Amino acid sequence: MTTKELQIFAAQIRKTALKGLSVLGAGHIGGSMSMADLMAALYGGAMRHDPKNPAWEGRDWLVVSKGHCGPALYAALALRGFFPEEEITTINQPGTRLPSHCDRNLTPGVDMSTGSLGQGMSTALGVAWGHQYQKHDSYTFLVLGDGECEEGQVWEGALWAHQQKLGRLIAFIDRNEKQLDGYTRDVCDVGDLRQKFEDFGWDAQEIDGHDVTAIQDAIAKAKQTEDRPHMIVLKTEKGKGCTFAEGVFYNHHIKFSTEQYQQADAALDRQIETLQREEV
Amino acid sequence: MYQTEKVLAEEAKEMRAVFAEIMEELVQQDRRVVYLDADIINSIGMTAFWKKHPDRTINCGIQEANMIGAAAGMSATGLIPFAHTFGPFATRRVMDQVFLSAAYAKLNVRIIGSDPGVTASTNGGTHMPFEDMGMMRCIPGVTVLEPADSVMLADLLRQTKDLYGVFYIRLSRKKAEKIYTDGSTFSIGKAAKLREGSDVTIFATGISVADSLRAAELLEQDGIHAAVSNLFTIKPIDQDAVAEAARSTGAIVTAENHSILNGLGSAVAEVLAETVCCPLERVGVQDRFGEVGDVNYLKKALHLTAEDIAAAAKRAVARKG
Repeated sequence: MTTKELQIFAAQIRKTALKGLSVLGAGHIGGSMSMADLMAALYGGAMRHDPKNPAWEGRDWLVVSKGHCGPALYAALALRGFFPEEEITTINQPGTRLPSHCDRNLTPGVDMSTGSLGQGMSTALGVAWGHQYQKHDSYTFLVLGDGECEEGQVWEGALWAHQQKLGRLIAFIDRNEKQLDGYTRDVCDVGDLRQKFEDFGWDAQEIDGHDVTAIQDAIAKAKQTEDRPHMIVLKTEKGKGCTFAEGVFYNHHIKFSTEQYQQADAALDRQIETLQREEV
Repeated sequence: MYQTEKVLAEEAKEMRAVFAEIMEELVQQDRRVVYLDADIINSIGMTAFWKKHPDRTINCGIQEANMIGAAAGMSATGLIPFAHTFGPFATRRVMDQVFLSAAYAKLNVRIIGSDPGVTASTNGGTHMPFEDMGMMRCIPGVTVLEPADSVMLADLLRQTKDLYGVFYIRLSRKKAEKIYTDGSTFSIGKAAKLREGSDVTIFATGISVADSLRAAELLEQDGIHAAVSNLFTIKPIDQDAVAEAARSTGAIVTAENHSILNGLGSAVAEVLAETVCCPLERVGVQDRFGEVGDVNYLKKALHLTAEDIAAAAKRAVARKG
């Protein structure tokens, strides 16, 4: 995909996630919006996948450890054709294949069940270790939240991934600087995460997490070295691109009205139209 | 099929030595088998294995939560992980990781928790799990096993390699008393009956099996004919064996090196309440913490001896209508 196509894809991911959550008028909007551009970069070319064969052995794996942001992942999967796009409106409804938190046994294309923060770190490392041991050429991608980095298990994994030289692990931190109760710096400051992971022996970068090209470039750069795990800290904004969530203090989990949804959806439509005009 | 020894005697080998032998056998058989530990490889006697198979042995360091999650992730790629640490750290320390990363995710992990209950001995109350089986038992789909001797341990390890799911295997490291003849095999989920009897049935697990056989001898002297059955699968519990024992003997005793809450005694009580009611006496740890001491001292202090089991059997028999 071109940069413009990736940007349009990211806006469509936001639109689709919001559409899914709008049925119940509530959900984890903040973190889903802040990682939408990452989902676009991954499913727009950086990650090998086959929507018709989600369990394809040659695929790259993705563990979304901040499992509450399932809706952004589901939107990307729906748009790529892993399941019918209209299924997105079943999010969190009885019997759905799209629960609030990611579930590998329910959703086509979801590689790991997550939801208790910190645990996706270890399962992703286990996946990466399994591929390394079996000499598969799959990459394992991992998405952590910055608030999630307050969990001790993240740092157990940070030590262990370096010890095991998991060079085909490419992790991201959605550094939106916020957690449920406010700013991470005010609750339990996680500090300079790029520096911390570098200190733990990882190859570490920090980039604009809303720049799809920068994300793909950072992934390409990470792939140039295979002797240690990779961390890409994504500077993001919680609620990014959603008119009723961006800039709102409490935007981790939001209840919203049909009118708010329609305004947000219309704003994303305008963004897409602008991008399409620029592209032509 | 299993056969029992005629006379109780200490085994020639420690349980951990047999554990290491079987792990060696399994890695030779199957390239997918890997072994994880959290810095107590030396304690479980796996140092030689680690040196021989450095690519198959993952010493995670002192980080049990990461070890369980990593084992779950490895299994998602087709590997067959066996993860070991001391019982308290293999269960209560990693309850949420076993729950979500392994069981909820429907992945394929064998967790070995060593030094169950009083066998933690001088490591004391902090390291003395009386709650581990209970915690694992309440996670959906987890199979909970406690081998009584090294013959049973070997068979259960071999079987779990080719089964799918989350298994918790409770393992005493030291020498057990030999219950079964070499080469015996067992059915997971089915009780192994050791002794016939008409007045009361003693269901036992782990180190309490040998004490239950001794208790049956004591009871025989008083004219009470006690059946003894090894309920080594705490989950799924053998409902048929429990109901049949209630019908045929009309009184039941459970004996376990574990809390009477949520372990074997609770599992048997649940079955009795829902099938055939009869008097039940539970021998086990009475809702208290452990302490330091040798195993014989601790068994006496916590009322887990053969005499305690025999006394419980008499109470159960006396309560029969």
